[in-house]
Amino acid sequence: MSTEVTAKSPAPAPSGGTGSATGGGLLQLMLDGMRRNMRQYGMLIALGLIVAFFAILTDGDLLLPRNVSNLVLQNSYILILAIGMMLVIVAGHIDLSVGSLTAFVGAFAAVLTVQHDVSWPLAVVLCLLAGAAAGAAQGFFIAYLGIPSFIVTLAGMLVFRGVTEILLEGQTLGPFPDGLQKMGNGFLPEVGPTTNYHNITLLLGFTLIAFVVIQEIRDRSRQKEFSLDVVPRNIFLLKLIAISAALLAVTMLLASYKGAPIILLVLGALVVGYGYLMRNSVFGRHIYAIGGNLPAAKLSGVKDKKVTFLVFVNMGVLAALAGLAIAARLNAASPKAGLSYELEAIASAFIGGASMSGGVGTVLGAIIGGLVLGVLNNGMNLLSVGTDWQQVIKGLALLAAVGFDVWNKRKGGS
Amino acid sequence: MAGPVLEMRSIVKTFPGVKALSDVTLTVRQGEVHAICGENGAGKSTLMKVLSGVHPHGSYEGEILFEGEECRFKDIRASEQRGIVIIHQELALSPYLSLAENIFLGNEHAKGGFIDWRETLRHATELLRRVGLDDHPETRVADIGVGKQQLVEIAKALSKKVKLLILDEPTAALNDEDSGKLLDLILELKKQGITSIIISHKLNEIRRVADSVTIIRDGKSIETLDVKAPETTEDRIISGMVGRDLDHRFPERTPHEAEEGAAPALEIRDWTVLHPIDQQRRVVDHVSIHARRGEIVGIAGLMGAGRTELAMSVFGRSYGRYAGGTVLKDGAEIRTKSVADAVKHGIAYVTEDRKHYGLNLIDTINRNISLTALKKVAKRGVVDEHEERQVAERYRKTMNIKAPTVFEPVGKLSGGNQQKVVLSKWIFAGPDVLILDEPTRGIDVGAKYEIYTVIDKLAAEGKAVVFISSELPELLGMCDRIYTMAAGRLTGEFSRAEATQESLMRQMTKDKEVTR
Repeated sequence: MSTEVTAKSPAPAPSGGTGSATGGGLLQLMLDGMRRNMRQYGMLIALGLIVAFFAILTDGDLLLPRNVSNLVLQNSYILILAIGMMLVIVAGHIDLSVGSLTAFVGAFAAVLTVQHDVSWPLAVVLCLLAGAAAGAAQGFFIAYLGIPSFIVTLAGMLVFRGVTEILLEGQTLGPFPDGLQKMGNGFLPEVGPTTNYHNITLLLGFTLIAFVVIQEIRDRSRQKEFSLDVVPRNIFLLKLIAISAALLAVTMLLASYKGAPIILLVLGALVVGYGYLMRNSVFGRHIYAIGGNLPAAKLSGVKDKKVTFLVFVNMGVLAALAGLAIAARLNAASPKAGLSYELEAIASAFIGGASMSGGVGTVLGAIIGGLVLGVLNNGMNLLSVGTDWQQVIKGLALLAAVGFDVWNKRKGGS
Repeated sequence: MAGPVLEMRSIVKTFPGVKALSDVTLTVRQGEVHAICGENGAGKSTLMKVLSGVHPHGSYEGEILFEGEECRFKDIRASEQRGIVIIHQELALSPYLSLAENIFLGNEHAKGGFIDWRETLRHATELLRRVGLDDHPETRVADIGVGKQQLVEIAKALSKKVKLLILDEPTAALNDEDSGKLLDLILELKKQGITSIIISHKLNEIRRVADSVTIIRDGKSIETLDVKAPETTEDRIISGMVGRDLDHRFPERTPHEAEEGAAPALEIRDWTVLHPIDQQRRVVDHVSIHARRGEIVGIAGLMGAGRTELAMSVFGRSYGRYAGGTVLKDGAEIRTKSVADAVKHGIAYVTEDRKHYGLNLIDTINRNISLTALKKVAKRGVVDEHEERQVAERYRKTMNIKAPTVFEPVGKLSGGNQQKVVLSKWIFAGPDVLILDEPTRGIDVGAKYEIYTVIDKLAAEGKAVVFISSELPELLGMCDRIYTMAAGRLTGEFSRAEATQESLMRQMTKDKEVTR
């Protein structure tokens, strides 16, 4: 067959041959990359499918600007917790106390601002410090006394929940000052000419897109500078276009409702910051090292105890932040706030690719995992599926995600 | 003389990439104590695993005859039913169960699914008496010493109506007194008609209990000697253990000329370390060694000699309990209490167990290489990924690490390539002293040569290299000076000219006489 072609037209045949060869090479490269990050790509695709599925079932209601805005507001605290939880799980630990800790911080904020008239910025700082202290206490027992994190944080879960009820005397306490409420519910202010869209949000979105594109291009040219192999040009362009399109879509959706929620900006900053921390900082590397192989990390001079301690301090601070967001959104501190949020955060991390034995996982993965759960929640709510069935379906989703990963690894490993 | 109770004929066992046993024949007579000896990695333990069914029939070639019948064991249970019981080097007792429960674990005295405690305790007491223990059978295993635990293992074997008892280095973890008791027990069991196979490289032990000894070398059975015969001297056994032709190749090496006057790069004085749990045992006992810049210093020793323990305890007290001694770097005493301290003073330790202590197998090549010296590719706590990648690429080329990219998880590489990653990691840390612990274990000949070349180059660059190895030819081929260790003590020091396999092995097998 091929000889026949060559005989007929000798000139184009070789070029066609090389073309398909580079095509094969590109495909190979893409497949390799995908296999390496199978869980994340898989989950991203799954997320896309889930969104499409519910968008169709709800006649597009899922993607209405109002609903997207709600989705972000409803899930922001789980996502914040999931970021911290990812660090904890990568380090080879678990934190069961975060749900109770969010309730405790909410209560603490209420006591400060409502009962003692502390100004809200000061209250926020004090709350974050309280979270850090709670994390430090647990981290001390785990890192320096060697008590398993499961037990320490199980104790913490009971203690913080109890202290919350003591603080609130079993009552709901509110309302919060305006400034604090904005944190959970507020949107960016509007300025400039009246368009059909929210100007600041548009501006922010475009800046973000420009920033990402520039960053990617700089990264690529630096790689070239170090004479390292780079991704082929057309794939790189494809990647840029895909990222820009996704960002643009979200921007437009948000801008056509009330604009970007403030909590989204906080969350965005956290994702970028922690993503960078885990990928590029010495501290982040050490977290992966102790989770991946503790004895080897110790013998490499990693200060494993200090790293573990700091991971829990960090979890405490993020739990405090989430606690403030919850309290602000509900505009009240409730003794039952944040109930079983620790489990949602843990599930997000595992759906997003974390490994039970530590050493594996990314911040972006945790976010994707959290969004999968969030969209499932939201979509089923729109379809008025009862909470009973919602739990069943979310449980199965967790099992399916991790099961798929285990199956995929076994296939790759053999 | 009694006939053979066990015959293993032409046993061949291959693991992926390695031929562990290439042709082993073993004949054990009824009622004797038969010793098996050979260097580390000669294939002794593999042979016993074949015999006991750990490696089931079909996974090896050759045949096994026990009491004249051919045996095809599919697992340990099958061999135990025939009365062949193996006691592994690492004891297999459940620490929080009682002695009695352990003795009958998997083989319980039960009526209708419920344990018959009366019978269990009666029988356990009887068995414990037989092995010379008077502890109550309800004592927890965790509450008795290692020596007694070894005896409990034997009691367990007796409960299975053992005919052939296999002991894999039974005294390796015991102190002198417990060793003596154990050896006495083996002789006592022999009187009761139980045949034993004992794997050991302590020649005085072999002389004391064994009737005959089979020597295994490089996966082949070399010869079987009658221990009681006058011509079977320790020298005779040693030459059997080491007598292989030196067909390994080593890079041309100009021997180091020790510069007098200059203080050695590394000096360890009077180093003593206690076992982490059994603190009566000195795992390293007043050892003093030194290594100069540009010098490759070997440490030879058999399993349990304390070489790794010495290295790891010096390297940030990573093993056991420190009980005295100092470390000097270039003549000045340094603190090595933590790994970070040791690294800061330019000491690197490349572990013998790269999978557990050397690498993060799920992480990539570049991240493994940079881990110890992350600061070198980071500014203000932020890692420059491009520089890191470039560093990794450099080592991939110079060390010839065979991998498609530096983003390959280390766990997917072959042993030799993993070893190159560990070496790269520590070379990148930029040490003055490298302690290499079995750097060529489990890797093929070609990769070994590459590793030797790297070691040679490191010394030529003026680094002091301490080379721990169980393979004598490799020490003889690479080192300027060789220390020997046995049972935690330094037993000899040889210059390159003085050292021979026989002279080293003699000092390596020099154990204190077993006390009664």
